Amino acid sequence: MNNAAPALPPRGFILRTLRAGRARGFPWVPALLLALVVLAALGGGAVTPHDPNGLNLGVAFRPPFWQAKGSWVYPLGTDNLGRDILSRIIAGARISLIVAFYAIVFSGGVGALIGMIAGYFGRAVDAFIMRVVDIQMSIPALALALVFAAVLPPGLGTVIVVIVVTYWTWYARIIRSEILSLKERDYVALAKVAGCGTATIFLRHLLPNILNTLLVLASLQVGQVIIFEASLSFLGLGIQTPDVSWGLMLADARAYITNAWWAITMPGFAIMLTCLSSNLVGDWLRDTLDPRRRQL
Amino acid sequence: MTPPRLEIQGLKKHFPLKAGLFRRDTVKAVDGVSFSIAPGETFALVGESGCGKTTIAKLVLLLERPSAGCIRFDGQDLATATAAQVKDYRRQAQAVFQDPYASLNPRLRVRTIVAEPILVHQRWEKRALRRRVEELLGIVGLPPSAADQYPHEFSGGQRQRIAIARALAPNPRFLVLDEPISALDVSIRAQVLNLLSDIQEQFQLTYLIIAHDLALVEHISTRVGVMYLGTLVEVGPTEQVFTHPSHPYTQALLAAVPRPDPDFRPRVDAIHGEIGSALNLPRGCKFHPRCPKAFAPCRVDPPAPRVVAGGHAAACYLVE
Amino acid sequence: MNPAAQSPGKARPVLRVENLRTHLFLNRGVVRAVDGVSLEVAESEILGLVGESGCGKTMTCLSILRLLPRPGGRIVAGRIELDGTDLVPLSDREMARDWRGRRVSMVSQDPLTSLNPVFTVGDQVGAPFRYHGLARGRAAIRAAATAALRRVRIPSPEQRLNQFPHHFSGGMRQRVVSAMAIACVPRLLVADEPTSNLDVTIQVQMMELYRDIQRETGLGIILITHDLGVAAGLCHRVAVMYAGRIVESGPVHTIYKAPLHPYTQALLNSIPKLGQKRGRLHSIPGQPPSLIDPPPGCRFAPRCPQRMERCDLSYPPEFERAPGHRVACWLAEGGP
Repeated sequence: MNNAAPALPPRGFILRTLRAGRARGFPWVPALLLALVVLAALGGGAVTPHDPNGLNLGVAFRPPFWQAKGSWVYPLGTDNLGRDILSRIIAGARISLIVAFYAIVFSGGVGALIGMIAGYFGRAVDAFIMRVVDIQMSIPALALALVFAAVLPPGLGTVIVVIVVTYWTWYARIIRSEILSLKERDYVALAKVAGCGTATIFLRHLLPNILNTLLVLASLQVGQVIIFEASLSFLGLGIQTPDVSWGLMLADARAYITNAWWAITMPGFAIMLTCLSSNLVGDWLRDTLDPRRRQL
Repeated sequence: MTPPRLEIQGLKKHFPLKAGLFRRDTVKAVDGVSFSIAPGETFALVGESGCGKTTIAKLVLLLERPSAGCIRFDGQDLATATAAQVKDYRRQAQAVFQDPYASLNPRLRVRTIVAEPILVHQRWEKRALRRRVEELLGIVGLPPSAADQYPHEFSGGQRQRIAIARALAPNPRFLVLDEPISALDVSIRAQVLNLLSDIQEQFQLTYLIIAHDLALVEHISTRVGVMYLGTLVEVGPTEQVFTHPSHPYTQALLAAVPRPDPDFRPRVDAIHGEIGSALNLPRGCKFHPRCPKAFAPCRVDPPAPRVVAGGHAAACYLVE
Repeated sequence: MNPAAQSPGKARPVLRVENLRTHLFLNRGVVRAVDGVSLEVAESEILGLVGESGCGKTMTCLSILRLLPRPGGRIVAGRIELDGTDLVPLSDREMARDWRGRRVSMVSQDPLTSLNPVFTVGDQVGAPFRYHGLARGRAAIRAAATAALRRVRIPSPEQRLNQFPHHFSGGMRQRVVSAMAIACVPRLLVADEPTSNLDVTIQVQMMELYRDIQRETGLGIILITHDLGVAAGLCHRVAVMYAGRIVESGPVHTIYKAPLHPYTQALLNSIPKLGQKRGRLHSIPGQPPSLIDPPPGCRFAPRCPQRMERCDLSYPPEFERAPGHRVACWLAEGGP
């Protein structure tokens, strides 16, 4: 017989997932990397070997430690203003994670709610919401960002707003189609038969059953959001000095890429590795949480 | 005279389909069905796929709104009922569905699932509620410890029992059972069937059973209605209908059901062709294209139900 | 009298399965899905494999076709002889090239998912001919496909070749799948619940079709079903499975009229029958055992109304109570 419904309990869920992880090819290295990034973000200024904004023209353009003129004092080298790249990367982690966290929570929350409403009520409500989503998605994200940047003061808040406005549509679409099939489930019909109101059905029957999807979506979005933030900052629409962000580092280093390849490559690696790690962990989460996952 | 527990008159449900820019096709899932169920009775609706029996279940449970016709519960017309009356109806009419694996929310504990229909109407004190849940689990043959577990820890038959416990929770008087055992293993079906009979007697329940298994229907129901493409072609006391089927479709169904008897061979000549489509209903009697006994009037006008005997009627011109 | 119930003459068995053991290696343990199954199917014979979910009937058939789930399923012991050749040691390539679709084929339960929705029915019915080289060139393949559809009584086959699966009803789809299965005139057809998703009036037509196909081509059929009515109507012989083993097998009349194994008896008693008096149904208490760690004795013992001490200690061998009637039960010991 086929199990139509997913089979994981919410409580003890974390323990079960971890225990399952050991058996199912848990991505240790990516997870460790992500943990490092989180630690860096939490530590902030306290864990940087040097002041991320400390100018020291005397040590400008030092290469990374494995090159001829490099040293362990500045392990990943210095940029044009003599700032230690490693320290700036660590400091930038904080911004990246703050942006990722708030952006995902808000875009996920707003997107999921709108998606649930569209999927559950259907017909006119659904049509209206989906047209809004279509229109929204046809506007290039960066164009939108420019508009917002013109109106709002540049900085962390604006970046988060732009990302939320851009990304909620993904959640809305995917959650809406989940809800379309979920609402036909027998237990939802039986909840109506029992007399449950719409709010109860949303909170008790629909929301817990889309949490899996939301979790997977969120983890896969981490990489996307970080890159988006980097692009915005690269264009000067996001983070501004003296705040440090990986995107800003890319922007600053562009001018002298031939002199100091490490100044642009190191933050690029940081972005790439974080993105890759979160994707791999997200993939693993999706496979683990899939109710029809193979038990073999 | 006590009103029937459930009464349906002229019930219709048409689903509009957009076939093109201007063309609007309709699927006439239910096309004028009338029957009533007396208190304490078990009324079975049988038919093959597309006959509309599941749609009728949804209409009775107010999961869909009828296109025409009326549904009366204990004499009260549900279409004109106030919100409070509808809420009360929801307490008195519960349901058990076919798939035990989809009937229970996998994220909730059994305790929450069983108590939900109670809590919709009243706030109960925690301990009293717990006792009530354990009592209900006991009625369906599950241990009190089941309350703290999750659905996936139970087998299909056990899940169906949980669904039944939940249906009993608000002290209903009427139960709609949509294929309650067809998704269960053969050896488990008898257990659950016996349970349903027991609780019907114990709690004086009225049942509306939707089924396709004729042997089951004969065993468990007091009256039966046979449906084909949205119409009730024959209705009457079960024993009557099964021993003296008057509509050719009923006769064909009974002849085609395989029996666990190697000497019996289901008759294939009793019916031609494929089941019709509710989208393209034939003129006249809906069954006439497949009917081995069709004659001239069948193609012109659909026959109205004609009385065969007391309480037994069939919609066929062959019935005098 | 059901003509299908007359036993065909003694011919060399098309299929002989000897002591088949198929295990599923899962995370939570090793499921002994098929645990010592032996059966035979003769030419022009329909053998019914009856049992409930989890009893191993589907796994037995997947083993015969070597279509076990990968990587977890594996045949760990036994022989599967089709026309004398043991299929177990063959490689997957050999199976696909020479056997599957050609000499042994399968029809499964769900007509909705058996056909690929993006290919025409003509493409799909023509595929076995193309793959096994039985027809070359578009015209020949089309002709073969048309003939195949005609054999399963689909009206206007030439036109229907160009249609897609969604243009066909459930019963029609099942006929198309059957056409594909018998395209290369196999020796053995494995039909896994071919009628359980069909309506009663369509089911009876399908049963008639299978009987006709078998009469015309002489192929052996294994019919897997949980529906005792369908098995009675179609099969010459029936084997009843429980918890990975065959507990009783014999001619269809014997199994239905004079079953000896308590499980068979209980199963027959527990289903409502048309024309029977109303009353409580005899239910079988308890549930089938876990196949990860089956008990050492008879697996039905915990639920058996005639359980003896011996039953819990060792698994009974098959006793032949009458020619062709075998029962794996200690109660049957004592000879015919």
